[in-house]
Amino acid sequence: MIRITGLQKTFGATRVLGGVDAEVAEGKIVALLGASGSGKSTLLRCLNGLETFDAGSLEIAGFSLGPGAHEQRTLQALRAKVGMVFQEFHLFSHLSVLDNVTLAPRVAQGVARAEAEAHARQLLAQVGLAERANARPRELSGGQKQRVAIARALAQGVRVLLLDEPTSALDPELREEVREVLRRVARGAHDAPGRAGVAPSPGLTILLVTHERALAHELADEIWTLSAGKIVSRATPNKTGNVPNAVPSGD
Amino acid sequence: MYARGELDWGGDLQGGEPYVYESPSEPGVIVGFEVDIARALAKELGVRAKFHQNDWSNLIPSLERGDFDLILNGLEDTPARRSRLRLSRPYFVYGETLAVQKGSSLRTLDELTGHRIGTLNQTVAQDLLQTHHADVALYEGQQEPYMDLVHGRVDGVLLDHVIADRYGCSLPQLYCVPQDLARGSYVIGLRPSDTELADRVDAALSALIARGELRGILEHWKLWDARQDELETRSAANAAERERPAPAAISKRPLTGAQIALFFRGALLTVLISVCAFGLALPFGVLLAVVRSHAGPVVRFLATAYVEVLRGTPVLLQLYVLYYGLSSVVRLGPITAAILGLGLNYAAYEAEVHRGALAALPRGQAEAASSLGLSRLQVLRHVLLPQSLRIALPALTNDFVALLKDSSLVSVITVVELTKRMTIVAVEARDWVLPGLLCAALYFAMSFPLSRLSSWLERRYQSS
Repeated sequence: MIRITGLQKTFGATRVLGGVDAEVAEGKIVALLGASGSGKSTLLRCLNGLETFDAGSLEIAGFSLGPGAHEQRTLQALRAKVGMVFQEFHLFSHLSVLDNVTLAPRVAQGVARAEAEAHARQLLAQVGLAERANARPRELSGGQKQRVAIARALAQGVRVLLLDEPTSALDPELREEVREVLRRVARGAHDAPGRAGVAPSPGLTILLVTHERALAHELADEIWTLSAGKIVSRATPNKTGNVPNAVPSGD
Repeated sequence: MYARGELDWGGDLQGGEPYVYESPSEPGVIVGFEVDIARALAKELGVRAKFHQNDWSNLIPSLERGDFDLILNGLEDTPARRSRLRLSRPYFVYGETLAVQKGSSLRTLDELTGHRIGTLNQTVAQDLLQTHHADVALYEGQQEPYMDLVHGRVDGVLLDHVIADRYGCSLPQLYCVPQDLARGSYVIGLRPSDTELADRVDAALSALIARGELRGILEHWKLWDARQDELETRSAANAAERERPAPAAISKRPLTGAQIALFFRGALLTVLISVCAFGLALPFGVLLAVVRSHAGPVVRFLATAYVEVLRGTPVLLQLYVLYYGLSSVVRLGPITAAILGLGLNYAAYEAEVHRGALAALPRGQAEAASSLGLSRLQVLRHVLLPQSLRIALPALTNDFVALLKDSSLVSVITVVELTKRMTIVAVEARDWVLPGLLCAALYFAMSFPLSRLSSWLERRYQSS
């Protein structure tokens, strides 16, 4: 569950978040739309402590964050439960695909290598990259990289997944493979275990920042629109599939 | 030159008081008993004396090159020099004086076997010590051996009484054996081909001695003593010696197997010092770089100050300070001081290299790693450093090769590594070409494989 209360954030003289109040129930998927500079990414980054905020409070995955600097220990524990996927993937270029996925479980959680690798191979299979486990990031296409990044974010059995424009940096023809993985992750979050989703993630709460309106309407339980640092609308998606993909992409 | 109305004479100001040195009260003016002798000699010859500064160890090669006409700088009369140069009659008789720590029982040359004894390079004392199988520590200046003796780094110092009296015997911790362990004389060195000038110099010296002028000069410098009674007898012996066939033209001596073996030992020491120093510089440099990019303001300031001070001052100076300057606080052995000095200095350079490499990593790498729940240390160890080390690799190899060559500086703290060995052998063999080439070949043999290894590693990282 995520609860955002009175969240405010300024960068110098610029007010980026002007008092955001919102809540996401456990297991729900929320898509966050809004023009560039509306504060979507900043809100997302506040949720896992990559940015501090000036006022308000956050509750996420059982942790509470207040304004100002966070305690390092709290952040580490929180981030083990809150996965993040970046627009630019940020795979570790010196590690193989498999090691990218197993790094956090092994290093931060102390999971044995064999166990971490078995789980990582399962996740890689679910994002369709089982045979690329030993490849280096530079040998992958952008779409493949983002699929690895998703597997990496899920590897610690997270309760919340934050996706920051996961398809924006990709060429249009590579976006569909990532959308397909996102659909599976969403099904895994909604459905009971044992179905076709990316298991084991029932009850996974997802916050998806995107410019792709169609994707938002397809996956989300609720769609928030952010403008000038405030949530200006909350709507249930139009599941007819007839959504114009009109919001310009790019940052 | 003589024909131009000048007597060009060579010496080394670093030889210090009372030989030839800069006047403490008038910087730029050189004084000393040898300056006075040169002036009197020139006057006797009807010309003007002109001093040429030259590194003492290389006075003879410079004379042979024709940089000046004669050497007048504590040059001792030895059979080796006699066969290479035309030596004048003596102008001073000295005694080899042994200085030891108070309480030491060492008194005679025979007792010095196996003991570590300090002296200056290319002196009679060095030959004496080597003949008696002492462990010889070679110094560049007169004061350093006595400082090391005070601190117990050597068991004794054997040098001319002129040096011992001024620099050693007055120290409260030291005792100078009153009997001379040997006697010898200072002579003027000339090129064997300059027989006419040599004869005139001898005649002029004789005149100065006969008129009591030399005694006047030596008395002025408080150097006249009973030893000087030998000036005449030694002079006669010198003349008799010269009756024998004139020395053959300067000839090179082939390098002996023992000398080549010493070269390889020097190279081994160079490698040992360089590897250990870099083994210290690398992790310490990485630590400094990490501190400068991650720590709080106070620690960051200290790390920055360290880097700036150590980069901004000569490593030679740092070696002096570490070995001599701090010797009353920490008494490091020469090799330890060499490794520590070079390592601490190079750490400052490595710190900059790694700071640059860390800054070159995309910001997202650290963000992605910490958003996975890794601690700051884990982020550094598993994500940032493995990547920055690869970026730093070319600069790192470059620095190691530079260190390999900079390690020759540690000869100032009595370490005989490859370059020092080369200069010693070159003087012994009267040849700079072959020892120089051998030395260069050994350095190249050490550095070239490294740069090959580095470019191989770079290619490997790029392709993987």
